[in-house]
Amino acid sequence: MTDYRIGIDVGGTNTDAVVMDGDDNLLAKTKTPTTEDITSGILNALDVVLDDSGVSEDELDYVMLGTTHATNAITERRGLNEVGVIRIGAPATQSIRPLLEWPDDLAAAVGNNVAILDGGHEFDGRLLNDLDEEQVRAQIREFSDVDAFAVTSVFSPVRDDHETRVAELIREEVGDDVPISVSNEIGSVGLLERENATALNAALTSVASEAANAFVEAMDERGIDANLYFGQNDGTLMSVDYAIRYPIFTVASGPSNSVRGAAYLSQVENGIIVDVGGTTTDVGAVTEGFPRESSVAVEIGEVKTNFRMPDIIAIGIGGGSIVSTDGGVTVGPQSVGYKLTEEARCFGGETLTATDLEVAAGTIDIGSETPAVDADIVEAAREYVRERVEREVDRMKTSADPVPVVIVGGGSILVPDDIAGASEVHKPDHYEVANAVGVAIAQVSGEVDRIYSLDEMDREGAIQHAKDEATDNALAAGADPDSVDIVDIEEVPLSYLPGNAVRIKVKAAGALDH
Amino acid sequence: MKITTDNIDDFATGATVLGTGGGGDPYIGKLMAQQAIEEHGPVDLIDPRDVPDDALVIPSAMLGAPTVMVEKMPKGTEALAAFEALETHLGQEAYATMSIEAGGLNSTVPIAVAAALGLPLVDADGMGRAFPEVQMVTLTMGGVSATPMSIADEKGNSLLVNTVSNEYAEAFARVTSIEMGGACMIGTYALSGAEVREHAILDSMSLAHDIGEAIRTAKHRSRDPVESVLDLTDGYELFAGKITDVERRTEGGFAVGEATLDGIDDCEGRTFTLSFQNENLVARDSERGVVASTPDLITVVDAETGDPVTTERLAYGHRVRVIGMPCSPKWRTEEGLDLVGPAYFDYSIDYEPIETLQQPRHD
Repeated sequence: MTDYRIGIDVGGTNTDAVVMDGDDNLLAKTKTPTTEDITSGILNALDVVLDDSGVSEDELDYVMLGTTHATNAITERRGLNEVGVIRIGAPATQSIRPLLEWPDDLAAAVGNNVAILDGGHEFDGRLLNDLDEEQVRAQIREFSDVDAFAVTSVFSPVRDDHETRVAELIREEVGDDVPISVSNEIGSVGLLERENATALNAALTSVASEAANAFVEAMDERGIDANLYFGQNDGTLMSVDYAIRYPIFTVASGPSNSVRGAAYLSQVENGIIVDVGGTTTDVGAVTEGFPRESSVAVEIGEVKTNFRMPDIIAIGIGGGSIVSTDGGVTVGPQSVGYKLTEEARCFGGETLTATDLEVAAGTIDIGSETPAVDADIVEAAREYVRERVEREVDRMKTSADPVPVVIVGGGSILVPDDIAGASEVHKPDHYEVANAVGVAIAQVSGEVDRIYSLDEMDREGAIQHAKDEATDNALAAGADPDSVDIVDIEEVPLSYLPGNAVRIKVKAAGALDH
Repeated sequence: MKITTDNIDDFATGATVLGTGGGGDPYIGKLMAQQAIEEHGPVDLIDPRDVPDDALVIPSAMLGAPTVMVEKMPKGTEALAAFEALETHLGQEAYATMSIEAGGLNSTVPIAVAAALGLPLVDADGMGRAFPEVQMVTLTMGGVSATPMSIADEKGNSLLVNTVSNEYAEAFARVTSIEMGGACMIGTYALSGAEVREHAILDSMSLAHDIGEAIRTAKHRSRDPVESVLDLTDGYELFAGKITDVERRTEGGFAVGEATLDGIDDCEGRTFTLSFQNENLVARDSERGVVASTPDLITVVDAETGDPVTTERLAYGHRVRVIGMPCSPKWRTEEGLDLVGPAYFDYSIDYEPIETLQQPRHD
C-alpha cells in the first residue's frame, strides 16, 4: 500500500506543502507565497511537491489542508452569512441582548438579527420556561433575509432538547438548505461566549462551503481522487462535510498544526513549541502530543468566545520584523511581512529586518547582498529576541521545572539554542514546514463537553456516556473504528451549586478510516 | 456625575481593582448597565451628602453562583418587583439605589438597576471592596438590618424576608437563590440618607471610576498605571514578581488557595505568598512576614498594563505587581474585624493596618 499524503498549510505569508508516505517519511517539501485567492497558491505548492517527490496524482490517498479562510473572513468582515441569532431563555437573560458587545461593523456584517424567545433550562436540568413553538415559528418567518441560523438555549450544555427542537422547527419552516448552528455542539457554559461562537460559526458557513468547494474542484482539476480533510484547531482533522458545518473550528488551526508537527518532528510529546514566522512568533504548549487548550475566553474578531482554542501567545517578532535602532535596539512588532524579498536590505531594499542581521552575521545566506550591520546591533537585537521569547516560554510553562523546547518555522534562526528554562532545545529537520507536516500526520477526533448531574447518574455512568458520545463524534468525523482511543478526560466540579453538577470533557481520536 | 456607556468601562475596571481578586466578574454587570443605559438613559451618580436625611435608599445586588450568573443572566426588571415589595412594606418610595459592594459584579449591577428604575445611584457602598457574604458590610456594624430583604427572580417570583440577624438573611437568601435557579436579585439594607452618611463607605463608586480611568489613560500619558492607582487609594506596591505556583481547592463553596511569587526587579531574591478565599486575604513577604491582610485591600495587577488579575486567572509565569490599599477605618474596629478580619477566615494572625506594616521595622 502506498498511502501517500499531502499536507498543505496556508499561512498569511507562505503556503507550505509536504508529501509524506504511509510510514510518515517526508518525501518533498516547499514554501511558496500565499496568493490572494488562496486556491492558486495551494495549487502552486501542490505542483512543486508532486514534482519533487515523483509521486503521481493517482497515488495520493489523502490531501489535508490547514487554512485561514475563516479567520480572514471574520477579520475582514467579508462574505459572512446573514445570521438569525435565536436565544432561548426568556424571561431570563433579556438584560443583555445577543451581539450587544460586538463591534458595530461585525454585528452589521452578520445582519444584527436577534431574538430572545421563551424556553431554556436551569443548571440542574429543571425547566426554566416552556418552549413556545408558535413563537419560534413566527420568529423564523420574520427573519426573512436570514441565510443561516444560530440557536443558543440557556444551560444547553446540561440539556439540549430546546436547541434540538428549535433546529427541527427551522427545518420545517425553511427547509434543509439553510445551515443551522446549535450552541451545545460548539461551546461550553457561559451563555454570551457560547452564543458568540455559535453566531460566528453560522456566519462562516458560506465562506467555509466556498473554500471547501474550491478545494474539491482544485483537486478534481489536477485529477486527484484522494480523501480530503481540513485541519482544525485542536490539531486533528475533519472531513469536508464537517468543516462546512463547523467552520469556527478551523480558526487558529495553523498554530495547532505547527505544535503537532513540531512534536512529531522532534519526538517531544510534552514541552513548549516556538513557531517563528514572517511577522509573528507563536508560543504554544504540547501535552501528550496534542496542543494544550486555552482555559480562558479567547477573543476572535474582538468578540469573546469560549469554544476550545489552542493556548497560544503570539509575539510580534518574525523574519520580516523591522529592526529599530532609535534609543535602544528593538525588533518588531512592525514587519515587512510578505514583502521581505522586496524591502529587506539583503534583497536590495531599504528596510533593516531581523533577517538582514542574520545575513550580516553570516548565519544564513539568502538574498542578493550582504548588508553591513554593526556587530553590536546584531548582538543587541539577538538579546532582545531572546528575552522576549524566554519570557513567553516561561509563561507557557505550568511549573518552574525545565521543559523541552522545540523551535520551528521559517524564522527559527532568530531564536538561540540556549533558552533559559529549557531542559533541551530542538530545531528538528524540516522545521520550516512543521505546520504542513502537522496537518499531514493529523488524526481525526470527536469531543464532548457537557454538564452531568451526579444525582441522576453515577460518576462512572456519566464518564461512560461522555466517552461513548466522543467516540461517536470521532467516527462521524471520519475516524477508523478500530483505532479510536480516548485521548483526554477532564472533570471539573462546579462550585456553589447543589446536586453534584460536574462538567466532563472527553476527546476521542483515531487514525483516518481507509 | 453621569454614568454613561462611555465611562461604564472605567467603573468596571476600577471595580475589579476594588474586588481584590474576587467579587464576581463585573463584565456581566457592565453589559447589563450598558444595555439599560442605552434603553433608559444615563444614570445620575449622586453625592451621599446631598441625599435628604429621611430619604429611602434601597441597595440592590445579585446573589448566587458565578456559573449561573454567566449562563442565565437576569431579565433586567427583577428589581422592579423587589423594590415595589419593599416600598409597600416600608410605606415609602425609594429615593435612590446603592451598591453594597464596590468591588466586582455588584458594583455595576446597581447601575443597571438604577437605569431600569429611573433612580439615581448613591456614590457609596457597604464594603469599599468585595466580600463573599451579605452580612459583611459596614452597615451591619451600624445596626442597619439587611431585612426586610426582597428577593426576586426573572419568572416573577418574589419573597419578602424578615430575619433576626444579617447572618440569617445571608442564609435564607442563599437557599432561596438555589430554588430560583442559582441566582437572584435582591433589594436589601434599606436605609435613610442619614444612615448612608453615618454607616456606609462614601465616594467609593467615583473612586472605582477614577481608578479605571487612571489605568486606561496611563499609557497615553506615559505614566505608570500602578503609580496612578496608588495615588488615588493611598496604597503601596507590596511586591513585583512572577507567579511560580498556584494551589487551589474548593472549601465550603469558596475557591480557596495560595499563590507563590518569585521577585523580579527590586524584589529579586525574595518570594511572596498570597492567600485567597475568593478574594485575596493575606499577603506575606519572605523577608518581612505579613505585609497586608484583610480587611485591607490586596490586588494583583499585570506588571505592564496595570490591568487587575482576578484569583481565578492567576497562572504560572504571569508577571504581576501586588498592591495593597488601606480599607475604610470602619473595618478597623473590634466589631469590624470580627466580621471580616483574618480570624473570621481562619488565618491565625493578628490584623495590623497596612500603614503600620509598611513602616520599616527595627527588630
